[in-house]
Amino acid sequence: MATTALDHAPAHAHEQSGLWSWITTVDHKRIGILYGATAFLFFLLGGIEALIIRLQLGAPDQKLVSPETYNQLFTMHGTTMIFLGVMPLSAMFFNFMIPLLIGARDVAFPRLNAMSYWVFLFGGLILNLSWLFGAAPNAGWFGYANLTEKQFSPGHNVDVWVVGLQVLGVASLAAAVNFTVTIINMRCKGMRMMRMPMFVWMSFFTQILLLLAFPVITVALIFLMFDRAFGTNFYYPPNGGDPILWQHLFWIFGHPEVYILILPAFGIISEVLPVFSRKPLFGYAAMVFSGAFIAFLGFGVWSHHMFSTGMGPFADAFFSLTTMLIAVPTGVKIFNWIGTIWGGQLQFRTPMLFAIGFIAMFIIGGLSGVMHSSPPADLQQTDTYFVVAHFHYVLFGGSIFALTAGAYYWFPKMFGKLLDEGLGKLHFWLMLIGFNLTFAPMHILGLNGMPRRVYTYPADLNFGFWNLIETVGAFVLGLSQLVFLYNIWRTARRSEAAPADPWNGATLEWSIPSPPQEFNFPELPVVDGRDALWEQKRKAGGPLPEPKHVSGAGIHMPNPSYWPVVAALGVAVTLSGFIVGFPYVNIAGAAVLFLGVFKWAFEPAG
Amino acid sequence: MSDAHAEHLESSTGLDNRKMAIWTFIGSECLFFASLISTYLVYKGKSKIGPLPHETSQCMLHGQMQQCDHIFEIPLVTAGTAVLLFSSFFVVLALYGAQRGNRRMLIGWLSATVLCGLFFVGMQAYEFTHFVHKGLGFTTNLFGSTFFTLTGFHGGHVTMGVIWLSTVLVLAIRGKLPPEKALNLELAALYWHFVDVVWIVIFPVVYLMK
Repeated sequence: MATTALDHAPAHAHEQSGLWSWITTVDHKRIGILYGATAFLFFLLGGIEALIIRLQLGAPDQKLVSPETYNQLFTMHGTTMIFLGVMPLSAMFFNFMIPLLIGARDVAFPRLNAMSYWVFLFGGLILNLSWLFGAAPNAGWFGYANLTEKQFSPGHNVDVWVVGLQVLGVASLAAAVNFTVTIINMRCKGMRMMRMPMFVWMSFFTQILLLLAFPVITVALIFLMFDRAFGTNFYYPPNGGDPILWQHLFWIFGHPEVYILILPAFGIISEVLPVFSRKPLFGYAAMVFSGAFIAFLGFGVWSHHMFSTGMGPFADAFFSLTTMLIAVPTGVKIFNWIGTIWGGQLQFRTPMLFAIGFIAMFIIGGLSGVMHSSPPADLQQTDTYFVVAHFHYVLFGGSIFALTAGAYYWFPKMFGKLLDEGLGKLHFWLMLIGFNLTFAPMHILGLNGMPRRVYTYPADLNFGFWNLIETVGAFVLGLSQLVFLYNIWRTARRSEAAPADPWNGATLEWSIPSPPQEFNFPELPVVDGRDALWEQKRKAGGPLPEPKHVSGAGIHMPNPSYWPVVAALGVAVTLSGFIVGFPYVNIAGAAVLFLGVFKWAFEPAG
Repeated sequence: MSDAHAEHLESSTGLDNRKMAIWTFIGSECLFFASLISTYLVYKGKSKIGPLPHETSQCMLHGQMQQCDHIFEIPLVTAGTAVLLFSSFFVVLALYGAQRGNRRMLIGWLSATVLCGLFFVGMQAYEFTHFVHKGLGFTTNLFGSTFFTLTGFHGGHVTMGVIWLSTVLVLAIRGKLPPEKALNLELAALYWHFVDVVWIVIFPVVYLMK
């Protein structure tokens, strides 16, 4: 299109309020906020599920929930926290921060970005609406075959799970294509790959993992869907099918998924620590390459989830070694974070506290992970609470601590106000204490043989004491989230605006007003080193003047569009046909999808 | 099919955003087909009942167990394979025409590509019904389940490609594909080549390997 910027309406014409503007928005910042708000609600829902589980397990022989409800609770807790909590909370930061960090005005495909969000929302709704019908997924978040076959799971519970995950997979893949292209292709002048902020690097590896891991679970779920809907034989042993095939396909996805959950956290920590230590990140290149090594090795360790299936000594030895090996680049990262803090002028603001908490908790979780790499030890620990302790130390102590650090760190940039420091510190200490009270005793219970996924235990096994401590801890954790919510509510009501650069930041997002204007940068920045903003301040010999709001006239921004929502609805309905009304619902959904995609393709982007 | 940023801003690498997106998507699709093909290979020879691809076997037909012949029709599929391979060549010629502004070349070769794609899909539809008549359904045995899933998903991809290329063909006929927009064809062509390459793997692995 041979049009010049002046032919278009000024950018501020898009800045509207109201529900419609949020439904049709293609602005990466608004989509980021949508991701964050939705994911946080799902996260709270997953937390409530966890609290009910803890109430049930707080004392022996409890009958608060039935075994069937308990199955639904732990399945939905795991599925929700992974796919609707941690992943989209990371996506909030990908959306809001990546374009700002690399000096871009938006992502490469703004409408595709909107579609990703809506598909994610519909997927989350499909999974959770099942509660209303008493048919929530109930076969564990990893849905092991052949428990998931029609023979053993005749209800719609597993269908909901399959369809929900397929829909969420579409959202993740679309977003992964988008951010891969954005990071490679939308960097501002001078932003060479080896100058990119570490969060962008870690996000980049996350996108690669998403691209390569999600197709595998898509195929595994397709097989399961066909087995259930049509009676194919993929996981049906009487006709020769092998349930272990599911485990292989699931964990070829599932282990990279672990790094999909933790690499963005590594990135956030690598942004926060330098700023509050007043030192550049220690060992930048080592951080990049250890991240690449983790992503690569992440595809070579899947069978350590399957030692108990009896794969034989060669496979056991191979996956044991690769699992031990992956601890090396992870250790490199931890030493580099400590090296970053070492000798710095530490400022213990809330984001910094969460970042340091992350390092400590993640080390504990990492160490118990290395314990699992030994098959004989793993055979003792498989399916016990020791494993539950391990993955909560890396996913809650790791990912959630880091995401919370990111939330406090970037809140002023996203909403233009600083969260309260006092409440933030209270939040941190409650979370740290509650977290350790909840999950540390699980190591002991697990080694004493308490099995996972069992709805209760008899009193004479003496599991009662530590379970009670864990339940108390879980409610302290819940309280810490209430403090966080109160902090957000209080901050929203106060009117003091945050400055553009409240933390004396090192990266480009702090060079523009808080919150940024629709077009982010009035002029695209030019960068000549790492820590671009620190470099600018050093050259200027001191703090930079507060950036002013400017008119967006002449800056071309993409038009809002509702076709991404239509296409997303099409995706959700097409796949939902496998729960209700095959094939008519599928056909109707596909028609909506085609309509959405064609209208979208021929709609002027702006 | 066009995105603001692709046309208004220079990209960091000089490669068009949309082209990079297609390459990224193709990378992801490789793992999709790798999973399907691996599963086919893992289950090869594990069927408990016929019909089987290359050997005679006991199978259930017309309500009774009987001796069934091997099921593959190699000549038919070879013809389909050849046509699909030629279509990749044709779409290159169509793209050449689009880039030079040669409408006759563009429309001629693009129509040929679409026809080849349709021929392949038709071949597959015939093959599938033929197999069902010979007693091999989707649920008959492991071979049936893995074969129809793998080749069916490939056929689905070919169908998507035909729809995409036909859309571009309609644009070309309406004169909306000038040389500066040849990229719109190139994107579809990239996807089309990928679908062909996948078939080049599937054909020997499924039909020729005994």
